[in-house]
Amino acid sequence: MDRLIKKYSRKLVSQKLCAEGVPVFGVLDDVTRWNSDADENEILDRVMRGLSINSILFAPAAEPYCSIIDYLAEYSTDINGQIRPDDTETRTFFHDIPVIKSFTSDEILSGLKKRKGVIIPGHGIVTYGTVTPEQAFVTFSSICFTTFVKFMSDYYYHFKGILRMKGSPEPVFNKAVRWYRDSLSAINSSPLINAPFKSGEDVIQAIIETGRLTVESGMVDSFFGNISVKYGNTIYISQTGSSLDELSGCIDPCPMDNSTTNAITASSEFSAHKSLYSLTERKSILHGHPKFSVIMSMLCDDILCANRGECHIKCSRKRYIEDVPVVPGEIGTGPDSLSRTMPSAMKGRGVIVWGHGLFTSGVEDFTDAYKNLVDIEKMCFEKYLSLVER
Amino acid sequence: MSTYSNQDSAIIKMDQKYGWTGCILKIDLSNRSYEIIKPESEIYKKFIGGRGLAGCYLRPFCHLPWDSPEMPLLFFAGPLVDTESPASGKMTVMTVSPLTGTISDSSVGGNFGTELKRAGWDGIIITGRSRNLCGIKIQDSNVEFIGAENLRGKTVSAIFRSLPAEGGAAAAGPAAENGVLFSSIGFTGDYSPGRGGSGLVMHAKGLKFIHVKGSGSTAVHNSKDLGSARGDIMRLISASPALMGELGISESGTGALYDLIHSRRMMPTDNFRRTYFQDAGLLNAWHYKNKFNPVKTGCSGCHILCRKLSEDGRAIPEYETMSHFTALIGNSSIDLVMEANEICNETGMDPVSAASSIACYMEIKNLSITGVELIRLLTDIAYSKGDGDLLKPGSKKIAETLGRPDASMSVKGLELPAYDPRGAYGISLSYATSTHGGCHLQAYTVSHEILRKPAATERFTFTGKARIIKLAEDLNAVLDSLTVCRFIVIAAAIEEYAKVFNAVTGSGLSGQELLMAGERIFYNERLMNRIRGFSSSDDDLPSRFFKESGSSGDGITIPPIPRDEFLEARARYYRVRGLDSEGCPVREKCIELGLEWTD
Repeated sequence: MDRLIKKYSRKLVSQKLCAEGVPVFGVLDDVTRWNSDADENEILDRVMRGLSINSILFAPAAEPYCSIIDYLAEYSTDINGQIRPDDTETRTFFHDIPVIKSFTSDEILSGLKKRKGVIIPGHGIVTYGTVTPEQAFVTFSSICFTTFVKFMSDYYYHFKGILRMKGSPEPVFNKAVRWYRDSLSAINSSPLINAPFKSGEDVIQAIIETGRLTVESGMVDSFFGNISVKYGNTIYISQTGSSLDELSGCIDPCPMDNSTTNAITASSEFSAHKSLYSLTERKSILHGHPKFSVIMSMLCDDILCANRGECHIKCSRKRYIEDVPVVPGEIGTGPDSLSRTMPSAMKGRGVIVWGHGLFTSGVEDFTDAYKNLVDIEKMCFEKYLSLVER
Repeated sequence: MSTYSNQDSAIIKMDQKYGWTGCILKIDLSNRSYEIIKPESEIYKKFIGGRGLAGCYLRPFCHLPWDSPEMPLLFFAGPLVDTESPASGKMTVMTVSPLTGTISDSSVGGNFGTELKRAGWDGIIITGRSRNLCGIKIQDSNVEFIGAENLRGKTVSAIFRSLPAEGGAAAAGPAAENGVLFSSIGFTGDYSPGRGGSGLVMHAKGLKFIHVKGSGSTAVHNSKDLGSARGDIMRLISASPALMGELGISESGTGALYDLIHSRRMMPTDNFRRTYFQDAGLLNAWHYKNKFNPVKTGCSGCHILCRKLSEDGRAIPEYETMSHFTALIGNSSIDLVMEANEICNETGMDPVSAASSIACYMEIKNLSITGVELIRLLTDIAYSKGDGDLLKPGSKKIAETLGRPDASMSVKGLELPAYDPRGAYGISLSYATSTHGGCHLQAYTVSHEILRKPAATERFTFTGKARIIKLAEDLNAVLDSLTVCRFIVIAAAIEEYAKVFNAVTGSGLSGQELLMAGERIFYNERLMNRIRGFSSSDDDLPSRFFKESGSSGDGITIPPIPRDEFLEARARYYRVRGLDSEGCPVREKCIELGLEWTD
């Protein structure tokens, strides 16, 4: 467990979610172990022992997340004191995020009894894991992602006069845009392991490399997203709950004819990948949640639309961001699954699923899929800025 | 035939609570009478329903021999049964196990629990002993006792055919009549609370069947909130590849695990002497699909539909049966697995214990057996003939009788299911700590060690597993009390089900408070086992797993489990669970949990 809390402390820093040395991680088996002798340990220990959990994380988020979170916590909570994002990953897995007022064990406990993470404005974020510290890391990362997306989409509606953001969102907005522009401009990578693949092992190495590059680019968080290659009649696909930057040992070979069920642990989007391979000659799929692709997919001025509030499954318009289609669809295999919408929409360089993320694909390897992911996200960023330019 | 009508039916309806009916039917078969118990609200709050409530009513009698007339046989449904709550059509059967001597509980699916709730009952407590075989028919508040000597020797399906088609039914089959210690109770729809020998307890009471039919419905406190909470869970279920993916259990049943466990090199083979079965690729769920073109079925109100029936109406075996009737005994015929499964279902035997007893016998006798011999031996066990008479007490007694106690692959006398503990150390610890013996379901570490949910944990380490297992045991005790399908933990968390629970019952408990109830429920079971004489020496695995390697290969090494690390993890578990160093409950913890202490 010591190794795991060191690892996820490092990942919080490397993914620019918080500053070096600030994450406080505790794990509890029969005794508690901490990654540092922090002032917060005593309160967090009481929290951990008051919940059926085995790990806890506290850290102030790095900028611009910190400013965004504090802004939303002050101005954008609902009647229950929670932030309610609209992106589908959060709607599915986290629902909403409680905001509490002070860093006390009672308040933190009250928040964490309801949800997997809690925001304390001016302090940071507390999250937990029930079986591994990785869950605490994932929730922390997801809160940063979802608050960023919510702030930027709220800001669009604020700019358009559809929504009134209280206080002064502009400084926060400017800070976030500067940060993201710098982040995007630094991307200059491209996959090096390319077709023709000579073996399944070549395929696996290509997947591992591209997954890592995608996270290192800073466009996506590591945990959500998936990636695959069709090689012969087998789909090599990342496992459910795997991290795109750590795919070694986490790739399932799945026969197209389903003659083995090993892929019971494959990504929840396996059916979508398989359907796309069945409909097209594509050989690779890359899926992540780049922020502005997600944000742009959620922006729609038709606020009186009957489907409002259920756009993620019911949007009936033919929507595009430039040449890239936006389709509704939920995670997995339910009746509103994206596996029923995304594959048939993949005619060009990618498809964005409403409030969820971006799918790109390639005809041979990941060269095109990766390039398209970067290009589409850059395009979405610029497009967003053009919409909120004064 | 004696018939008693419940004169209090009007009062019951008026007293009906949200989620719970507020009434428990207590039957004494010795004089064919019954009474109605109306538990205080506090009892429901502390024990929830299902497994928890059954444990509450078992406790005063837990010191008795399993075949004492006073020993209760308990059938309890939970507050979510017969509501729109997802995957909540299960119930619990609890008693003391003839096979292990521990308390014994099993979750069972089908429609019995739903019918029970609709009839106005949260549970049934069966006590006493009928001089002649009898059956019980429950139609709402009417309880009828019926002579059942004419059903002696009949198979489970034949008994069901003699009963009204509508409603739910449970029956003890020929294996119970013939003293098989791992005989099970059959439920309509080919369901069974498989483990531990509850069928034999039922037979010891002279009870052949229970049939229940209800015409009411379970009241819900807030339907709108229930709809919202249901929506959250349904999205999570849809997002789960293991549940609803095209290779998951909705499509392939629990047999979907067959390839996965094989590829992880932890499929028990040749009585756990190896962990890799060469022919597994020919025996997976895909082959069953192709050969039998199964249709989906499932518990009342569940949309996952994990059960599968062949075109000719036979049950497709669960994963454990698929694995143990192939790899464990060296069989490579799917048809033989189907036939063995059918024999177990029809005669009322736990297929895990049956296969494992045969495997134990084969190892000791150094036998390999043909298909014909397998079917004959299995039938002989059920009817107590030939070598079957030797095998009917289960592997522990077989191995002791034949002077090879090391050959029984069991914990506390309950044969291990189809996950070799050398392949996942959390599973090994959970086998040891389970209150009813070698069972993977009480902590269901398969979810994170194999299925990667809610997140993946490292399978070859004990680090952190003590607390993880304790927490999971508490969680599953809650789910079994609600009574929700265990598979749901692959997708949803207790927070989501707390919302459902509160919408149904109006109780206002948080997920964490429900988990505290789970801790109480589990500790109560541990306490009953202490009263029955169980301690740390019983919380152990067969020595084979600490001495012999599994079948390494494909880059996976399966070494023996490090004994010292296992013992350290078990000691940590005792501390986390609030037990003494011998694994026994202590007075202070009982008081903390609101449980009565017994010296």
